[in-house]
Amino acid sequence: MRLAIQLAYRNLIGAGLRTWLNVIVLSFSFVVIIWLKGIMAGWDHQAKNDMTRWEIGGGQYWHQAYDPFDPMTLEDSHAPIPSALSSEIANDEAEPILMVQGTIYPKGRMQSVIIRGIRPGQTLLDVPTQSLDTLTEVIPAVIGSVMARTSRLEKGDYAVLRWRDVNGTFDAAEVLIADIFASNVPSAEAGQIYIPLEKLRSMTSLQGQATLVTFRDPEPEREAIPGWTLKTKAELTKQIDELIKTKTTAQSIFYFILLLLAMLAIFDTQVLSIFRRQKEIGTYIALGYTRQQVVGLFTVEGTMHAALAAVMATAYGLPFLLWQAKVGWTMPMDTSQFGMAIAQTLFPVYTVGLVVTTVLIITLTTAIVSYWPSRKIAKMNPTEALRGKLQ
Amino acid sequence: MENSVIISIEKLVKQFPMGQGVFTALNEIDLTVQKGEFSGLIGPSGSGKTTLLNIVGSLDAPTRGEATVLGQPISKLGPREAARLRKENLGFIFQSYNLLQVHTVYENVEFPLLLLNIQAAERRKMVMDALEWVGLTSKEKSKPPQLSGGECQRVAIARAMVKRPSLVLADEPTANLDAANSHHILQTMVKLNEELGTTFLFATHDEKVISYLRRKIYLLDGKIDKIEHVAVNDTVPS
Repeated sequence: MRLAIQLAYRNLIGAGLRTWLNVIVLSFSFVVIIWLKGIMAGWDHQAKNDMTRWEIGGGQYWHQAYDPFDPMTLEDSHAPIPSALSSEIANDEAEPILMVQGTIYPKGRMQSVIIRGIRPGQTLLDVPTQSLDTLTEVIPAVIGSVMARTSRLEKGDYAVLRWRDVNGTFDAAEVLIADIFASNVPSAEAGQIYIPLEKLRSMTSLQGQATLVTFRDPEPEREAIPGWTLKTKAELTKQIDELIKTKTTAQSIFYFILLLLAMLAIFDTQVLSIFRRQKEIGTYIALGYTRQQVVGLFTVEGTMHAALAAVMATAYGLPFLLWQAKVGWTMPMDTSQFGMAIAQTLFPVYTVGLVVTTVLIITLTTAIVSYWPSRKIAKMNPTEALRGKLQ
Repeated sequence: MENSVIISIEKLVKQFPMGQGVFTALNEIDLTVQKGEFSGLIGPSGSGKTTLLNIVGSLDAPTRGEATVLGQPISKLGPREAARLRKENLGFIFQSYNLLQVHTVYENVEFPLLLLNIQAAERRKMVMDALEWVGLTSKEKSKPPQLSGGECQRVAIARAMVKRPSLVLADEPTANLDAANSHHILQTMVKLNEELGTTFLFATHDEKVISYLRRKIYLLDGKIDKIEHVAVNDTVPS
């Protein structure tokens, strides 16, 4: 094997431009695949991190009637906070949130919203609720940048908010937009308006009640609470996993095309080599190689393209990949319209597993593609090959 | 010179399929070659000399009969044994040199030693010795495309001789060379035959080569037509 590697290296280097063209194409595949996979991993990491920071914490207890995909359930999705969570809430390790359907009238227009009551002093989520801790005649409110854009509200603006209390009676009051935040998490922003929890409770006559309780500690062993459904962090971020999986599957087609082009170049080179180097093949056999060893030599030679490509990819790809990890990739379009947790700038995350898997897949594919045409050598007549006669 | 048999051929027949029938390239050949001989298979194109050389070189197998080379029956050798015979005991010189084009002169000559797993230091010495025999030490870093035809064939001789094989098979070694280069090459081979005792078997119809042979085996239509022995002093290295 060592000899085959030594000879294959000499042959490849000796082949000059033909080798380097293949190596360049293959190294490009290495870098692009690692970069794209890094972007996906970065997106996954960032999306889950943002969801944790802005919405789900370490997991949540949902009122059993609560369904985030059906706003009509909000009417019945509230109950007194379970006593089992009282101490965690008192220690700021859990945060109760009451959710009520409402309507906001920004500058004379009308928009359905979900009113979220949250404690102004909470530290569990990054929502700037401290802005709610203010003395004002109107209700202080915090909204996300997506909501601000759709409602054309700005910090300091006033709007009328209408809601129904527990008895179904409509009421309305003026809210002041005390702060606007940007989170990259659409479900925490779009159509959501945050006001002080106690204020919402008094507005709706739902004293001491909540729709969900977000806890800080993501420990997996949490006890079941009657009337409440435990949603672990893994469950709450499952949609991100599914979304990334779908995107990754779509990307795989791109990887396949990219690899196909690179492999086509390798395959062509191998076929051309076997076609043009018959005399050389005959010489190897005359000097003491078996035909199978020549097949092995040509396979190693083809596979070595991948090894050289990995070296080349390291030379120009590593600085590029590191630079990307540092500055990130800013998408040219506005990601807040995407309806999914995605930042405007994605920072690729490369793991050892990602790099090793990519290198192994490309090398293995190259080996197979190199071996495939080389099998022809095993059927060659060495005396014909020595004369360079095409077989 | 020790007078032991290095090649023994008995009733050897080689046939190739041709259309609906077969073409008999070698027909009932009986021949022995002694160690240290400088002999040649002589005949026109199609007489079967290259076919016989290929069988002796274990690159081809007889249809019937047997060729025993260095005690090994060619028809019974598997691919691995045949490859080992070539690797350890045989040297080949071809009409069109068959050098590895992207390798340097040094690397071309080194190749058979790599197959034999010889240590680097010893390998270096053996390669330089071989290049010295053929007068190409100054060209060790050149590649075949940078060499003349004569130089290429001298590299091929060095490659064939570097492992000190028992038998060198040379197929039309001067066919692509001018007269001066041909004589130079042949004188080199005569010298190696005399100094190292290597057996040389040629396939040729070149008069220049024939003039150097000490045993001339004439083939005609796949059969041995006649064999001539020449006294050592009668060979003509002019």
